[in-house]
Amino acid sequence: MSGDVHDSVSGEGTYVHGDRGKPRSREERMVPREKPTTYYGRPIVKPPVWKPEIPFYFFFGGLAGASAVLASAATFAGRPQLARRAWAGAFLGVTVSPLLLIKDLGKPSRFLNMLRVFKVTSPMNVGAWLLLANGGATSLAAGLNLLDERRRGGAPELAAAALGAPLATYTAALVTHSAIPAWSEARREMPFVFAASAMASAAGAAILTVHAREAEPARRLGIAAAIAEEAVTAVMHKRLGPLAESYQQGTAGRFGKAARALTAAGALAFAAGDPGLPVHVGKRRRSALSVAGGALLLAGSVCKRWSVFKAGFQSAEDPTQVIETQRP
Amino acid sequence: MAGHVLDTPAWPSTYDGEAKPRVGFFTDTSVCIGCKACEVACKEWNHVPSDNQGYLGSSYDNSGELGADRWRHVAFIEQKLPVGVEGGAPDDLVAEAARQNLVEEGLSPHADEDGFRWLMSSDVCKHCTEAGCLDACPTGSLFRTEFGTVVVQEDICNGCGYCVVSCPFGVLDQREGDGRVWKCTLCYDRLQGDMEPACAQACPTDSIQFGELDELRERAGKRVETLHERGRGEARLYGEDPDDGVGGFGAFFLLMDEPETYRLPPDPVVPTRNADTVWKAAGAAALTMAAGIAAGFIGRRG
Repeated sequence: MSGDVHDSVSGEGTYVHGDRGKPRSREERMVPREKPTTYYGRPIVKPPVWKPEIPFYFFFGGLAGASAVLASAATFAGRPQLARRAWAGAFLGVTVSPLLLIKDLGKPSRFLNMLRVFKVTSPMNVGAWLLLANGGATSLAAGLNLLDERRRGGAPELAAAALGAPLATYTAALVTHSAIPAWSEARREMPFVFAASAMASAAGAAILTVHAREAEPARRLGIAAAIAEEAVTAVMHKRLGPLAESYQQGTAGRFGKAARALTAAGALAFAAGDPGLPVHVGKRRRSALSVAGGALLLAGSVCKRWSVFKAGFQSAEDPTQVIETQRP
Repeated sequence: MAGHVLDTPAWPSTYDGEAKPRVGFFTDTSVCIGCKACEVACKEWNHVPSDNQGYLGSSYDNSGELGADRWRHVAFIEQKLPVGVEGGAPDDLVAEAARQNLVEEGLSPHADEDGFRWLMSSDVCKHCTEAGCLDACPTGSLFRTEFGTVVVQEDICNGCGYCVVSCPFGVLDQREGDGRVWKCTLCYDRLQGDMEPACAQACPTDSIQFGELDELRERAGKRVETLHERGRGEARLYGEDPDDGVGGFGAFFLLMDEPETYRLPPDPVVPTRNADTVWKAAGAAALTMAAGIAAGFIGRRG
């Protein structure tokens, strides 16, 4: 039996579970692997059923969470311009995030079922409550900031920051709390990757519209986040060993490389736009560099989440990863 | 409450006096003949929609895998093995068969002298003691029944898909065009009417045995002993151990080869066992990020 025969019989290019169980090529199916034995090379665990909304949610949730912390810090530190932009970013994040989540559900009309229980064993349930609580606190703090630009911060800002930080990292827990080897085995490092990526995106978003002098903390944070992301990603890949190939090959690998390049370029643009540099850079050029750096960091963060998302599919598709993880 | 060997996180404690003895399946693959009566009976009783129709090119397995529209799945494994050694049939029987031309030329897919054996196995939801799907479900749609089994409540499932990636066996999946997740209920409705599940009733060789879990485990232990006595040293139980990574299966198996040969994970661990590490890492990362951002505001006033 070849893939061609079954294609003609089923009348579709795909056979098992839509496009997730693509018929394997003749070579793949006819030549058995030496080690380990698998069942016709078919996956053991199921790939996620999540749609593109989810990696974008990872991005917007991270943007919302890290922006809330950044905005809060800026409010307390008395940097009104930076605070206003960061609150805007946080508010955008908490507004878009639930819409993405609802759209991804198999039964969107039943989103509220997520809130009929509080369940600590389910990161998704905890996350839904976290998003709701952070959404409330961030909206309140953003609203207060809108009313009084000179506001120095209080309970709403503290709450938004305290709920924002875990909002940025729980999405990592969401994927690592799973049966997919390349996700699960990265459980110690993934939240740090997400935190760095979220921080980079928050800094990037804030700097887009902020005057260069006011943006100074965001610039530093953007550069620090880029370096941290590169470092923890390297650690994660090293500890994953052979499982790291899920992040380095195929679509996940391409997104990973793009994320790396975009984030590095963003950090460099930030560094070049530093007003404290001894080299003379014109004011206009400096602000253009900042805007470009911000956009690059945002794009890098989106690509990073897509890389992690796609890695889960690639890992699930490979039964040998499950076997080798369980038979060391 | 007599007659149970395993406590699950929600059973029998949350049912008080209404808990029933924990039930399950013992699937003895050594007597499976691959008739697929279980697949058919399951589909008919549970009104599971038809799914793929066509050929997969993998022996007689054309139904592929467990999923939203397939709650029993029969695996077919063809192995080139010297029958006399691994398969248990004495050498002289093989020689006799050859002499009598029982293996007709041109019909046998393995007409050489390598030997050949079939492995067939009816896979099903394992109804784990520590069920990853149940832990992950954010709506409470998945629940533990009074029989100790794991069932999806379809009027609550919102199709989030988290159980799909939380099952170490790849049992659950979303139904296309429906969006919700469906899986074996161990015929919850039949259990409530004191009937055995449809697949077990339909199985003509008693490869699928239904009953109270502790009794099944006892029976399975004896069956393995018998097979070992008959020289079938490769026979082993899979999922009967309450100390495994999912606390033991409610539906366990007797296999004639390594689990991965049947597309079963060799040593499955419920993701919840790692929850501690997962949350600690997420918490530490959140704190680190918050501290880092705060630190960004210290120092020279730009």
